[in-house]
Order: sequence, then structure tokens, then C-alpha cells
Amino acid sequence: MGIPLDLLINAIVAGLLLGGFYAAVTVGISISFGMLDVVNIAHPAFIILGSYIAYILNSTTGVDPILIAIVVLPAFYLLGAAIYQVYYLSFERRGQEALRGLAFFFGLLFITEVSLILVFGVDYRYVEAVYIGPTWRLGFVDFPLRMLVPCTVSLLMVIGLQLFLTRTFIGRAIQAVAQDQLALQLLAANPIRIKRIAFGISIATAALAGAFLIIIQPVEPSVGREYIGRVFAICVLGGMGSLPGTVIAAMLLGVVESFTATFYGPSWAPAVSFGFLLLTLAVRPAGILGR
Amino acid sequence: MTAMDPGMESGPLLQVKGLSKRFGGFIALDGVDLDVQPGERLGLIGPNGSGKSTLVNCVCGTLHNETGTVHFAGHAMNGLPAHRRTHIGLARSFQLPRPFMSLSLADNVRVPLLYTVRRRSGLTRSGADLDQRCLELLAQVSLDAKAKRLPSDLTQVEMRKLELARAMAAEPKLLIADEAMAGLSHSEIEDIIALLLRLNQQGITIIMIEHIMRAVMSFSQRIAVLVSGRKIADGKPEDIVNNPEVVSAYLGQ
Amino acid sequence: MRPWKFFLLALAVGAIVFALALAARSDYLFFAGFVVLQFIVLATAWNILGGYCGYVNFGSAAFFAIGVYTAVALHKIGANSGRYLSGTVAEFLQPLFPLSIAALVVLSGAVAGVIGFGMGYLTLRLRGVFFAIATLAMAVVLQTLVINWDFVGGSRGAYVIRPDSMTIGGFKLDYIQYLFAIMLVLAVVALSVSRLIERSRLGYGFATIRDDEMAAEAAGVPTLRLKLIATTISGAFMGMAGAPYPYYIGYVEPAGTFGLQYAVNSIAMPMIGGTTSWMGPLIGAVMLGSLQQIATVTISSAVNLLIVGVLLVVFVIIAPKGIVGLVQDWLRARARP
Repeated sequence: MGIPLDLLINAIVAGLLLGGFYAAVTVGISISFGMLDVVNIAHPAFIILGSYIAYILNSTTGVDPILIAIVVLPAFYLLGAAIYQVYYLSFERRGQEALRGLAFFFGLLFITEVSLILVFGVDYRYVEAVYIGPTWRLGFVDFPLRMLVPCTVSLLMVIGLQLFLTRTFIGRAIQAVAQDQLALQLLAANPIRIKRIAFGISIATAALAGAFLIIIQPVEPSVGREYIGRVFAICVLGGMGSLPGTVIAAMLLGVVESFTATFYGPSWAPAVSFGFLLLTLAVRPAGILGR
Repeated sequence: MTAMDPGMESGPLLQVKGLSKRFGGFIALDGVDLDVQPGERLGLIGPNGSGKSTLVNCVCGTLHNETGTVHFAGHAMNGLPAHRRTHIGLARSFQLPRPFMSLSLADNVRVPLLYTVRRRSGLTRSGADLDQRCLELLAQVSLDAKAKRLPSDLTQVEMRKLELARAMAAEPKLLIADEAMAGLSHSEIEDIIALLLRLNQQGITIIMIEHIMRAVMSFSQRIAVLVSGRKIADGKPEDIVNNPEVVSAYLGQ
Repeated sequence: MRPWKFFLLALAVGAIVFALALAARSDYLFFAGFVVLQFIVLATAWNILGGYCGYVNFGSAAFFAIGVYTAVALHKIGANSGRYLSGTVAEFLQPLFPLSIAALVVLSGAVAGVIGFGMGYLTLRLRGVFFAIATLAMAVVLQTLVINWDFVGGSRGAYVIRPDSMTIGGFKLDYIQYLFAIMLVLAVVALSVSRLIERSRLGYGFATIRDDEMAAEAAGVPTLRLKLIATTISGAFMGMAGAPYPYYIGYVEPAGTFGLQYAVNSIAMPMIGGTTSWMGPLIGAVMLGSLQQIATVTISSAVNLLIVGVLLVVFVIIAPKGIVGLVQDWLRARARP
């Protein structure tokens, strides 16, 4: 083998950092699709929305994008709750729910993307922050801060969510509603309200993921679509509703993509996630009956 | 045992050996053996959650069993998709009715005629013939008046009858009726029992899964009892009713 | 009405439309009409898998692009067969080139159909949801492949020179009129095939897959086989719709070919028109297609697409059975006192 060790290690590190970011991007889907069985393919669009909001506020006020995202979180939560309410009222009946629900979310994805094009145009946008640019060196290993900071905050966010899901009543109710709605009703909790809260949370994560995205790379409206394959691949491989699984799967995809980019060129990255998706679907098939 | 064995006519029509099925950590079926003779009327009973529907799903191919084998009419079933099993002569009604909501009742029973009966016989019937046959099938469950309606216009009870009609339409050798009588009135239960007896007299083997003991007792020649994924009893109705294990399984719950 | 009668009737209607357009002496009508006809084919093709079987394809642009780029590639080979093929093969095939549009349509359809079959084989065993996601991913991957493939121009694009005119059986037509006629025939074929499927045994099978796949299997319907048939036919027609496009537009590049308008329109037109009947995609395509052609002149194309997206969401929520469904419900309500 003629691969230099430092190139290899750097590729792995870059992949892990990327994976940490991918975990933030995917955790929303782990909740909405993995636990609630709502196929929100518009999730990447909300992430891009988060990116653009971070962009506007950052370019006008100069405030750090991650702080902006935290401030904007409640608004995204409410948006998510509202969307779930519409989804529930319109598509609650079984059967046609699958096709119409998908079309609904696709419509949202589409509307968001086109609206952003109308308002901002197709130019790439980026943010400014103290940690975008400098790289932390540890021996021969590079830790670009613009990757390290989002990765760290992302993992903190996921850990926080996991604690919420396992330690609080609502969190456990959310996990329960994925398994058995009837049992939840017997506990005098309203399953619809629980699902609405969960969906709101999933969209709220998009605000933060959006800030991470625009820190890591310049953003334009169609970037969201690249992420759809990645997000669902990670969610499925990670075991659907499992947050720890999501993180591991995200890291795995990050490393594979990083290797591909380092040794074959970055333009093939989207193809990697597609291959990943097909592989995960082949190995862990959901089958006609679902998971 | 070869895939197609002409001598199989003398053996059991359905032979289930060592069937096991788990969902994650939960063991739904644990090494179930079951034989059903041609022309037999078998009742399958057991408390809720004992695995009756899971057993049906594994036999019919809707679910895949981890271990064990299923043989039907001399064919090995393992690996065969559900529609192939229906072609060979296995039919079932679903415990929770699953009608084709966008098709009329007549069209609901037409589907098995088009895809199972026609494939088996190789003959194509004319449209008028098919219409006639659909009405006949619906008439057997007293739904012929509503032939052109959609399933959304039906009551729960009528949907169960449609389930049965659709299973019958496939002209099966073995028909599995999964709680077809839930919620029916006294006389409606009598009607369904009479229907099933008629089918049985025509040579169709029937497995009846039911909670309504009166129906199971009067209909079955033999009863098998499932509790927590295991078969705990298998024999004549009068023996089953007096079996202490069976009694405690039902009373204990 | 028997299928062949419908086909002939539709051809006759098409011929009348064509004659009227010729009489109007307006080039714009042919250009705009071509696009509407293209959408009729795309919407009808989408509906065979999406409306009849309930399996949503988000990657219509990908199949359309397969048709476009197959045509571009064959055009290039034909124009320079000596350069791209070995000597004897080139000599053998030379008389066949340049391939007629009709031949291109068939070949593009074949390629797209094969790819549709392959993709279906990989993903159709799974829940419809995963199939839908896979189609989205596939569109992105295909776009990546095309951008990296210099033979068809890559991201720089490829020019296809369009002849001025075409002579058929003594009649001299402007090339755009010829393209319009080809698309017209293709639309008629697509609608006829769609109607034929709908009323056939295959149509019943598709409907059961849409309604309840588990019950369909239990009734004896070979669901995987039927889904593969639907995917192949749907993909093939989308590819066929793409074949004339290079000649229509003259300059083909990935951003436009894989553009949003194909993805959203292929879904919006059948869902707004009505997914359970062959008439739905036709109505949706004619209405939305014409509206967009008119609007593009007055509003920007982005606002145009935005309106389509909003209409899609509104219809999906309020009128899920589309215009055809609304009419059917209205008729049924009138019939029952």
C-alpha cells in the first residue's frame, strides 16, 4: 500500500468531524421518521431555511450563527408543531396516507426551495465567525475549527436529546408512542399531542443543523436535495429511532465520504450516499410489513 | 420430501413442523407442530396474543418464520411468496378486514378470480361470466345487493363477510378463517357456520380461528390450543374442553 | 370502447389539433404546444406507477434526462461515427445515421425502461417510502454522473443542431412542427396504453397494490412482478418524452434538464388532475401546462413553479382525488337521491 499515514489519519478525522455534523442533520429524521413514521422528506429544506436565517442575521448583526440558531429554535419548534397538525388532520386516514403524505412533504420541500431562490437567488451564501478559518493542529492531524465546533455542538445536542428522551416523562412518552399508541392513551397522555411535540422538536433540530451547515460550507437553495439520500441512509442504518445508532451510522458515512473525496475526488460524494442507501436497504430491509 | 409428490394425497394437507417466529426479543411462536388432514374441520383457539394470527401469517407467507417448515399439498412452502401459496390453494381472511378500498365489492372478489383462479385453470372467462361469479360469491355472504358499492359503505360486520367472500373466491383447498365472526349477531354466526360447513362438504379443508367457543365447539372435528406461542393441546373438542391446562390458560387470564 | 378504437379516435383528435395549429400559422403555438404534450406524456407515465400502484417516483427528471442524453449520445455518434466507432462497425452502421427521431424515441425508451427495471429490482421489495426516497437519490446520482461525463458535454452542455425542416410523404414541415407531431403521436400512445392498462386485469392488480399490498398478495396478485412492470413502462415513457428534447431546445445542459420543473410537474399534474384515471394526467397537464406557458411570459419562471408547488400542496390536502375525483363524487352524489 502506498497511502501515506498522515493522509489516511486526516481523512478519518475529517470523516468523523463530518459524521458528527451529519448526526445533527439526521437526528430530526430519526425522530420524525424513525419514531413517528412520518416521512418528512422536506427536512433538508428546513435545514437550508435555518442556514439562510443564520446567514441574514449573521450578515446584519454579526452574531455567531450557532447562537442565532439557538435563539430561533422556538420559532422552528412552533413551525414543526403547526406542520404536524396539518399533516395529522389531512392524512390521518390509513391507506392513501402514504402517497398523499409524501406528496405533501415533497410540495413543502419544493415550495421552500423555490421561495429561497426567489428571495435570495442561486448565489452561494456563507457566514462569518471567529472559528471559520483557523485550524487546530495536533501533530500532523488537522482539526479545522469550522468542522470541529459544529461537530462538538452537534454531539452535545444529540446527547441532550437522548437524555430528554430517556429521562423525562414526555421524552419517554415519545419513545412509547412509536411502539404502542394504545398503551399511551391508557396512561392518560394524548398521543397526538406527544407526536406534535416530537415533530416540533425534530424541526427545531433543523435550525441548529442549518447553522452548522452554513458554517461548514457555502449554501445555496438546491443543496438540501443532496442531503435527502444521506439523511435517510443514516436513519435506516442507525436502526430507525435510535439516537446512538444514528451517531454511529453518521460517523460511518462521514468517513466513507471523506475517503471517497480524498482519493477519488469530491464530485462523487452524492453517489456515495446513494450507494450507502442501497446497501443499507439491502442489508436491513424494511420489508412489505415495515420494520 | 420432494416438492411435488403425487402420493401426498394420503398424507396431511398441511404439515407444520417446529415453526418459530420472533419479533426482536419477543418469541411469538415457539416450535409449533400442526397437521391438518384433507377435508378436516380444525378449530384453533387460544388467549389473545397467543400467536394464532402469527401462525397464520407464517403459514400463508405474509411473515417469514425463522425456523421450522411448512408443507402444503405436497409442496414445501419455505421461501415461497404469499401469492404463490394462494395459487397452490391456500386462502385466508384477515382478522382485521383489509378490503381494497378503492374497488367495489364485486371488484374486490374479482381480484382473486383474475389472479388465482384464472392462473390455476389457465382459462379466461368472459366479463359477463366473471360478473356472474362475483355476484354468486357475494350472495353466499348476503352482500350481493351491495355489489357495486365501495367498502367504505360497509359496516364492520359486513367487511368481515367480504373478507370471507374474497378468500372463498380464490377457490382454495384450505381456507383459514381468522376471527371471521367477531361482532356478529347470533343468527349471523349461524349463517357463517352454515356457509363454512357447506364449503367443507364441497371438499374444502377449513381452519377456524375463533374466540366464540360455541361456534368452535359445534363446527370443529378437532381443536388445537395455542398459549404463549406453544401448542398445549390438540384433540377432540370434548377432550379439549376438559383439559385442565386449557381451562387454566383461559381462566387464568 | 375497445382499446384500438380509442387509439384511432385519439389519433384523429390529434390530427385535428395539428391541422388547426398549422392553420393558425403561429410558431409560438408549436413551441408551447410541444411542452404541453411533453407534460402529458410525463404526467401519464408518472401516473402508471404513482397513481395506479401508489409508488411515488420523485426522480422523473432522471428518467426524462436518460432519454435526453441517450438521444444526445446517439446524435454525436451518428454525426461522427468514424471517430467513435471502430472502422467496420462504423461502416456497417453509417447508413442508419442520422437516426430519425422516431428511432431515437424508441431507443431512449428502451434504455430508460431497462434502467427503470433495474432500479425497481433493487428497491421495490421494500416499503413504498423507501422506493420514493431511492428515486430522489437516484436523480441526484444521475445528475452527478452526467456532469462528469464529457462525451455529452458535462456541465458545459452540448449543442444539437436542429435541421430547418423535414419532409414527410411529400409534405414539407418546419422542424418544430415535425417535433410537435412526434410528441402528439407519443402522447396519444401514452394515453392509449394508460387507458388500456387501467381497464385490464393489470389495472386491477395495480389498484390492489395501491390499496393494500398485503391483501393483494393474499389474493394471489404477484405484487413484485406487477410493480416491476409498472416501473419499466413508466420509466420507458419518460425516457421517450426526453428523446426529442435536444432537438427542441438546441442546447442541453444538466441544470436545465434535471431541473425542478420536471420533478414537480410530473407529480403535480396527475395529483391535481386525478390519479385513478387516464384522464387525470391529461387534464392536469393541459391545464397546468398551458397556464405555465402563458405565465412564463408574464411572471418569472421561479414564481411559476412556486405556484405549481402551492397548488400541489393545496390539492393534496383538500382534494386528494384530484379534479377527476371531484367530478366523480359530484356525479355519484347526484345519482343517489
